[in-house]
Amino acid sequence: MPGETLVDRMEKKVGGVILVLAAFWFIVAMPSLNAFGTPGSFFHVSDFTLNLFGKFLAYAILALGLDLIWGYTGILSMGHGVFFGLGAYCMGMYLTLEIGGEGVYQSKLPDFMVWNQVKELPLFWKPFHSFFFTTLAVALVPGALAAVFGFLAFRTRVRGVYFAIITQALALSAWLVFNRNEVNLGGTNGLTNFKKVLGFTLTEVSTQRGLYIVTALTLCGAYLLCRWIVKSRAGKILLAIRDAENRVLYSGYTPANYKVFVFSVSAMLAGVAGALYVPQVGIITPGRIGVLPSIEMVIWVAVGGRGSLIGAVIGAIGVNWARSYLTSSYPDYWLYFLGGIFVLVVQFFPDGILGVVRDAPRKLERWIRRKERVAADENLAALRSEG
Amino acid sequence: MALTSKSILYMEDVFVVFDGFKALNELNFSMDRGELRCVIGPNGAGKTTLLDVVTGKVKPDSGRVVFKEKTNLARMRQEEISNAGIGRKFQTPTIYENLTVRDNLELSVKQHKKVTSLLFGGATAEARERVEETLDVIGLTSKSNWRAGLLAHGEKQWLEIGMVVVQDPDLLLVDEPVAGMTDRETDKTAALLRRIAEHRSVLVIEHDMKFVREIAERVTVLHEGAVICEGSIDHVHKDERVIELYLGRGSEEHA
Repeated sequence: MPGETLVDRMEKKVGGVILVLAAFWFIVAMPSLNAFGTPGSFFHVSDFTLNLFGKFLAYAILALGLDLIWGYTGILSMGHGVFFGLGAYCMGMYLTLEIGGEGVYQSKLPDFMVWNQVKELPLFWKPFHSFFFTTLAVALVPGALAAVFGFLAFRTRVRGVYFAIITQALALSAWLVFNRNEVNLGGTNGLTNFKKVLGFTLTEVSTQRGLYIVTALTLCGAYLLCRWIVKSRAGKILLAIRDAENRVLYSGYTPANYKVFVFSVSAMLAGVAGALYVPQVGIITPGRIGVLPSIEMVIWVAVGGRGSLIGAVIGAIGVNWARSYLTSSYPDYWLYFLGGIFVLVVQFFPDGILGVVRDAPRKLERWIRRKERVAADENLAALRSEG
Repeated sequence: MALTSKSILYMEDVFVVFDGFKALNELNFSMDRGELRCVIGPNGAGKTTLLDVVTGKVKPDSGRVVFKEKTNLARMRQEEISNAGIGRKFQTPTIYENLTVRDNLELSVKQHKKVTSLLFGGATAEARERVEETLDVIGLTSKSNWRAGLLAHGEKQWLEIGMVVVQDPDLLLVDEPVAGMTDRETDKTAALLRRIAEHRSVLVIEHDMKFVREIAERVTVLHEGAVICEGSIDHVHKDERVIELYLGRGSEEHA
């Protein structure tokens, strides 16, 4: 690329090293420090912290997918909470069935069904006895919904702010549906009180550590998948659609197909994120899938830096970290903080945290040069006045 | 004017009405293979609508639009029309600013356009060769690794012309290519279009009469959605209605 400076070249090399170090930190170092560190020492990661980060890393998987559709393809989805929720509920149904007869009512049926006087397990619950089926469903159910929804929207050329609005409507209607008791998904209370996953007790520290490691590895895989997509020629078409959709159309492509593809991949990643979230947090309710959480997800990506996969991951972890810190220290101010940071990013840092970090060396270089020039001019002026 | 085996584009009694405004009013237009045709006319004459109808962006309310004597364009989707062999260069540069110049061309090459073929396959050797050829024709070989957004206005226009050419269309539609160009850039564009027209049919819409005089073999004058005059540039210049309607005003502006 023209105008490539030393900084750019260093960045490319350093970038790779930082990435490998980060992967090592999250996949190996953190769980090791949790398992082997002496409690109370500086080198110990508490069970609470590890569990918290397990949740953040699950969010990061969703953020990657959201960045794929918004950052790369330029389509804002404000309904990703729904896809997250579908994945989460699929996993939640499996976990609920794993409880077996150990529930409050000692029934084979989930507690809320006994409470609602449901006599028999609804048909759509039955396949979730199988863990294998569940792992497929957490990706395929949201993927299929996104494919159908995307097909209808993109074929009829719904785009821009109109698409964003109908995804909001999707989030609202999903929230309303999941809240209803008749749907047999636990209503407002959602699914909770899980006991076991694949026979491992969920309250065990080692089980939670295992779930954390699975989440970290999945994030790693999701990152590699997204990277492969954006580096492929199809990924270039996504950018092309963002920059000049008409040109893509007039070059003989069907942009709608590319949009449906990327929207589905994005929804699948969100579903997987939801599935990893549930056993670590222990509950899924309609409150996690509505309009507000969907908007919050967009903010993670905006803050981290859209159009950059690393940015999306940084945003998801960073914003949620800030959230857990602020909600415990200043519980009343979190929403103001979130709104404030969003306005700040949109106004002053359109490329998010990553943009600021990436441009800092270049800006510094420019600033130093300007300083030098001013100093040289002053010297010259001084010489002249003397002469 | 009739549909013959030589026709590349044939339009008969085409009507396009927007909210009661007749953008194309019983338009009859035809063009032979290998021709380089200029279409001129005052603002609102229906020039861009004509291109929209040919490329399928606007469906005609009535009339026939035939490509290569047998393909009926009126029923086809935009991308089908593109793949059938009609390329369009937009008025303002419409390129992929965040991709390199070479990527811009490579994505535009005539090839499979399915998601899976672009996800799993790289560009073929043949495609890469065509890209290099085209880079040479549009004079951007030395800037092939530049991010396209960094190009000058004129260079962006040439890049987009290159993107359309690399698609290998039989008919190339070009909408006001020299608007906003310097004199030198205009000359270069004229040479470029003449070179392209050696192998394919080109239809150019243009306001700049100097440019039209430089490239046109035949000129069609549109007014209020219909053709009022057609012929060599000198013939058109002598036509009284044209002088009255367009050139009188136009020649002052563009002299």
